[in-house]
Amino acid sequence: MDIKINNQIENVSRRSFLKGLGVTSGALVLGGVMPSSMPVFAMTQEMQYKLNLFVTINTDNSIDIICHRSEMGQGVRTCLPQIVADELEADWQKVNVVQGLANNEYGNQNTDGSSSVRDFYDTLRQMGASAKQMLEQAAAETWKVPVSEVKAQDHLVKHQSGKTLSYGDLAETAARITPPKVEALKLKNKADFKYIGKPLTSVDLPDVLAGTTEFGQDVNRPNMVIATIERAPVLGAKVKQFNADKAKAVKGVVDVIKIDGTDGAPAFNPLEGIAVLATNTYAAQKAQKLLEIEWQLTDNKNHHSAEYLQQRKAMVQQQGKVHRTTGDVNKAFSQYKNQVNATYTVPYLAHAPMEPPAATAEYRADGTCEVWACVQAPQRTRDVVAARLGIEKDKVTVNTTLLGGAFGRKSKPDFVAEAALLAKAAKRPVKVIWSREEDIQFDYVHAISAQHYQAAFDDKKQVKAWLARTSFPTIGSTFDGVAKEPQTWETQLGFADVPFAIENLQCEVCEAPHHLRIGWVRSVGNIQHGFGVGSFVDEMAHQVGQDPKQMWLDLYADDRLVDVNQGGYKYGNYWSDIKKYPIETKRFKNVVELVTERAGWGRKLPKGQGLGLSVHRSFLSYIAVVTQVEVKNDTVKVQKMWCVADCGIISNIDRVEAQMEGSMIFGMSIALLSKLTAKDGKIEQSNFHDYELVRMNQSPQMDIHIVESDAPPAGVGEPGVPPVSASITNAIFAACGKRIRDLPVKGQLNIA
Amino acid sequence: MLTVNINNQNYQVDVEPDTPLLWVIRDVLAMTGTKYGCGKGLCGACTVHFNGSPTRACSIPVSAAIGQQITTIEGIEDNLLIAPSAKAIKQAWINENVPQCGYCQSGQIMAAVALLKENQSPSDQDIDNAMTGNLCRCGTYPRIKQAIKTAAKA
Ligand code: FES
Ligand code: FES
Repeated sequence: MDIKINNQIENVSRRSFLKGLGVTSGALVLGGVMPSSMPVFAMTQEMQYKLNLFVTINTDNSIDIICHRSEMGQGVRTCLPQIVADELEADWQKVNVVQGLANNEYGNQNTDGSSSVRDFYDTLRQMGASAKQMLEQAAAETWKVPVSEVKAQDHLVKHQSGKTLSYGDLAETAARITPPKVEALKLKNKADFKYIGKPLTSVDLPDVLAGTTEFGQDVNRPNMVIATIERAPVLGAKVKQFNADKAKAVKGVVDVIKIDGTDGAPAFNPLEGIAVLATNTYAAQKAQKLLEIEWQLTDNKNHHSAEYLQQRKAMVQQQGKVHRTTGDVNKAFSQYKNQVNATYTVPYLAHAPMEPPAATAEYRADGTCEVWACVQAPQRTRDVVAARLGIEKDKVTVNTTLLGGAFGRKSKPDFVAEAALLAKAAKRPVKVIWSREEDIQFDYVHAISAQHYQAAFDDKKQVKAWLARTSFPTIGSTFDGVAKEPQTWETQLGFADVPFAIENLQCEVCEAPHHLRIGWVRSVGNIQHGFGVGSFVDEMAHQVGQDPKQMWLDLYADDRLVDVNQGGYKYGNYWSDIKKYPIETKRFKNVVELVTERAGWGRKLPKGQGLGLSVHRSFLSYIAVVTQVEVKNDTVKVQKMWCVADCGIISNIDRVEAQMEGSMIFGMSIALLSKLTAKDGKIEQSNFHDYELVRMNQSPQMDIHIVESDAPPAGVGEPGVPPVSASITNAIFAACGKRIRDLPVKGQLNIA
Repeated sequence: MLTVNINNQNYQVDVEPDTPLLWVIRDVLAMTGTKYGCGKGLCGACTVHFNGSPTRACSIPVSAAIGQQITTIEGIEDNLLIAPSAKAIKQAWINENVPQCGYCQSGQIMAAVALLKENQSPSDQDIDNAMTGNLCRCGTYPRIKQAIKTAAKA
């Protein structure tokens, strides 16, 4: 076999190696035990030696590094391997990135919650350092010298005498060495980093430029057919009867198969539907329109989002269930009469990744199933597919393709289960393709919401009380089918974890039944809470005639670590140790100072222009955004955005900047344009003409600044989004005095 | 059987004449560089060059492509008319490290190459006009704009 290093050949051969090997034999990893060396395997001309779960050295001197998380545009296939390569002293030019299969040994592969670098930074450094020390040991043994006389550097091990051996030369010997214990690992000093933090170019860039990337939509298998599915129009609906005669008459159609929906909570199960299988997508889509289906609808058919939102707005005017409380807000509100209050709403939102969901499955005669799909959660995908097929998990192989955007949609593997069920029924490989219309209409939507805020001030214009209420259908309902109010873990997303120094503070939740599949979209509940809190701080400032920047700083008050566990509230801190990742007012204030300085906060602007500020901590990162807008003839134009992000230690400065740029655009779409509405239980929008996203002509100038920090690595993919919307609406207020309390802005002002 | 010419090569395909060119390219010819994003001419992910003009492959039936020259992302560097623009655009894309997920990028590159071929020093307004039909959910617009300017200077 030709061993020329080419990502694609390597990926394929590597996968078959892993399978042949049954990677499960390694002893690993996350608890601090390093893996034992792995057996040797051979190709015709080249040998590969696996030093640990993430690192394999090839005798041609190239190195394979596993990326066990999903690439969806955040750059993880570059950012994770570059951490390993740095500690390994590898030459980046000689590194092949190999996508890991679904495998519990990697630890959590669910690429969600902005957690790839923050959860694996230490482990990946250890993997690199361990392999490097094994190579040094191998060289010392080869030369019969003490290991203290050798040093790995630039893909070589050097002896103090000047002689060298390449990593490829040492691979075989190194693979026989017992990996060092974690305590024996010597990690590099920050000053010696070659790759960590550096702006390495994405490893997939050459393929993107050549058009040779493989996304879920692009998978092709021998004898494969393409399926499109007509799904239950209303949540929980079932097929009463259907007639597929006309559909089957379409040239290219090979089969029509019913997918049974499940009863109870939707979870990650496919919706009930009728699938058309055909030799090409167009034939399937054309035939799908000719299906005659009679549906048994559910009470969800009575769901109208406009009405529902009015009910939520009414609900948040009333006392709800208390999550966090300190002092006595009621007493404070009766005592201090200088008050302000406001109610904010955010509509249902869709993920709308550029690549609609797609999955390919092969069900084999031996009872195994292999899938290729754009999934954020390969292990979950394996488990859901196994459950739906009624086979053991180890009979399912999950290959993660590139993801053409995901934003949380592709952590729900319902679409992969569809492909698996159809492949089994059709006895041939099936690729399920979601159309854009289906992506918009059958999404796991971001919850519609209303929030109410109230604040009181004393005679010195000091804030004395803060009351906040939020109401939205909970993600919990997707999994238990019954939960009717925001859950504690959801109020931790920028709502009950406000870091403000206010003596009387209370955060409540109000009921909200669900009628759609509720999911998580990039930054989750922080979307609405960032808008609510960010807007209300601005309204408070204007109420007492203060500069909004000063209001934010006053609310953070002195440098301190904030404890939000008040009145029985149990804060989860994004599943991270609060001691390692405390809530630090100093870091909030720092990003405020930096962003306002860069934006020239306070400068005089022409009439009709304004600056708006908002600040938010989520996924353990601190982000401040200033937006400059111009409002003319009832039309708003976002001119420029400044973003300062403190995400702790970072893996790749360029990809972090890119994530912040993308977050500004994502947040702008939410603020200005995007809105899903439901009528008779069905989503009314269908494609990009009515589910609008920001386009090139609306893209503003940007100034992105990443704070240099030695704090532990925090989230990057999501936390840029939450402060964007309020920075824009606050800027609109500054520009023209119009306060936007209901997103999106479109409909209240024109968008330029 | 219909005959279509893609990247200077003739292909015979057995599909209904109303089949959008996009699905012929992707499903029948298995050239997957041209992407599906909306199927309605709203996102630009499927952009190809049709006799040199940027065109949404999802919105033209294959019958309209018979006897015409179609160029896809896979063929832009081999097409002598656009190869210089294609090389300049690709180099600028590398310099600015433009793509995030990459899914929209074939379409973006096809649109940008077409722009540069016609206009060697596009203004911001020209770039907006040429690129506004190409959605990028990842938000790479600032870098695309910068890359087109870099390519124009090259
Ligand atoms: S797929 Fe053709 S324009 Fe969107
Ligand atoms: S790079 Fe992901 S949609 Fe453009």
